[in-house]
Formats: sequence, C-alpha cells, structure tokens
Amino acid sequence: MAKFHFSLVAPERELFAGEVDQVDAPGAEGDFGVLAGHEPFMTTLRPGEVIVRDGSSRRIFTLQGGFAAVTPESFTLLAEHATEVGLSS
Amino acid sequence: MASLKEMRNRIGSVKATQKITKAMQMVAAAKLRRAQDAAENARPYALRMASVIANLANGVSGDGAPRLLVGTGRDDKHLVVVATSDRGLAGGFNSGVARAARDRIASLLAQGKDVQIICIGRKGRDVLRRLYGECILHTYEVASAKTLTLDVVQPIAAEILSRFEAGEADVVTLFYSRFRSVISQVPTARRLVPAEVQAEGGAAAPNLQGGVYTYEPDEASILETLLPRNLAVQLLSAMLENQAGFYAAQMSAMDNATRNAGDLIAALTLQYNRSRQAQITKELIEIISGAEAL
Repeated sequence: MAKFHFSLVAPERELFAGEVDQVDAPGAEGDFGVLAGHEPFMTTLRPGEVIVRDGSSRRIFTLQGGFAAVTPESFTLLAEHATEVGLSS
Repeated sequence: MASLKEMRNRIGSVKATQKITKAMQMVAAAKLRRAQDAAENARPYALRMASVIANLANGVSGDGAPRLLVGTGRDDKHLVVVATSDRGLAGGFNSGVARAARDRIASLLAQGKDVQIICIGRKGRDVLRRLYGECILHTYEVASAKTLTLDVVQPIAAEILSRFEAGEADVVTLFYSRFRSVISQVPTARRLVPAEVQAEGGAAAPNLQGGVYTYEPDEASILETLLPRNLAVQLLSAMLENQAGFYAAQMSAMDNATRNAGDLIAALTLQYNRSRQAQITKELIEIISGAEAL
C-alpha cells in the first residue's frame, strides 16, 4: 500500500512524524480517513481521537481540537493538547 | 594603606562572591539546555502554522479578509508588547530589548501616534515605567510558570485580541530577544497584527498534483479560528526564545563575573603578600639597627 508522510505537531513539540498507511481524524464536520493520494483538503478539528495506522501497528492520540492540512503526499495535523493514549495492534 | 587584616577580609569577600557567580553560571547553563530544547521543540508547530496561514492568506483577500490578517486599515493606535525576563543579572539582555522598544515608542509618539504598552516580565516594565509609565496597561509575570506552555500565554493573547477587537489598537508589535546563538541574542520586533505572512514561496508551496484545496467549513472561518491561535503561538515561540536567550546571557554574564573576581583575587593577593613582606622587612631592620646601636 502506498504510504504518505504524516506529522502530528503540538505547540510544545512534535509528537509524530513519519511515513504511514492511513490516518483517521475527527474533522469539524465529520470524521475522515486519509490515505496516500488524498485530494488537497483543509479542515478544523473537534476534540477526539486520531488513529495512525502503519502496517499492523496502530497508534492512538487524543486531541482537544486543532487543524488539519492534507495534500496528496502529506498530512500535517496541528493539534491542541495532544497526548498519546496507546499502542495497539 | 589598608591594614593586613582588612585586606584579608576583602579577599575573603571577593572569594565568596566568586563562588556565588560560579554557581549561578552553572545553574544558568543547566537551565539553558532545557530552554533551548523547549524552543527547538516548539519550532515545527510555529513553522507549519505560518505556512498554512500563508497558504490560506493567498486565497482570501479584499474586503472579506479577517481584520487580524489585514489590519483595520488605520495605523493610529499602537499596542507594543515588550517581552523581557523577570530577573536580572544577565548582562545587556533586558536592556537591549527595552532599548529597542523605547526607541520605537519614542518615534511613534513623535509621529503623533497613540501608544499603549503591555509588559511581559518585570524588568522591561522597570525600564519603561520611568519614561512611559502612563502608557503601561498591564504587566504579566511569567517567572512563576515553570514550563512555558500555550496555557501560560493564552491570557496574554486573549487580552491583545480583546483590545484589538474593541478598537483600542490598530497595530500590535512584539519586542523580544531572538536567540541566534548562545553568545548572541538579537532584540527583535515582530508585528503580530496585522499578521506578518511569510513570503517564503520557495519551500512553502506544497505539491498539490493539480488539485485544489477543499475547505471544511470554508476558508474564512478556518482563518478566523486559526489567526487568534497563531497569535498565541507566536507569543509562545517568542517567549521560549526569550527564555533561552535569557539563560544564555546570564551564563555568559556570570562567566565574566567569575573571571573578573578571579583577576581581582590575584591582584589583591599580590598586594597583600607585598605589604606583609614589607612589614617583616621593616621589623627586621628595626631589630638589626637596635642590636648595632648597643
């Protein structure tokens, strides 16, 4: 599966940066999933969970709102008060 | 000529001072490393935020653009935010920022503009109070906050925003010290409102592969939520740089002080030994000439 670059940055530090398969995020007007080659897209986020999938690993972050900018090659998520809640497979 | 005992005391007190400055230097060095890490960790967010806003700003222009981005169209009322530290003993760190702010305020007043000041950090207020005491609206102290986070700067950003929205300010400028390296901190002015949109066209524009951005909800309302947050983020990054710069300045100031104390101790010790020897010689001469007279 094609991968794309995802970075999750909080004001204090960068929480995640790397190549991933899929990211699910809570958009202001509905949850959305991003795969490689997604159309250019910007949205504000509401509080919720971000799920980052790469291969069989899954990392979950919670955030209290933020902002997402998606291009076909990358996904930048500016998060507010983000924390990682766990790894699962 | 001071007596030997007085000189001994003097040397002792300089030595005690040297111990203090040495300790302060080491504490500042340890804190500098942490502050520098914090400043570096915060950089990606500020950069990304700036590039997203630059992107959006291209799309929205004209009358519909948010006022935080384009300003009120006037430039009569200036709000000057001066970020310094709460503590001193850091060489020219605070006075550099305060001087830059003072020069700007003086030139704005000379042009007949209305100037109001918000101070972050006690030291800047102490300098500006003497000249422009009546312009200072509010002073924030940040030393009590152990780590600088967005929550710490949020009240400051909120005050700036509410003053802007109430029409009390047309232009907001932030003065802080840019951390260029451990030995160089540059007093810098950054305009917060209207937002400075970086025109780094080269690297900033992402490859859209022919697509056009879709916005949810729409460009204007995204900008409206993003711009106030950007203000807070800019404040935060300025304050993080300030803090790193403060510890760097304090470290080198205390290093100088320690070295000066060392020089002083050497000079005093030499003088002390000379006068001690002179006294011994004098006593010997007295004894010898007394014995010869017999």
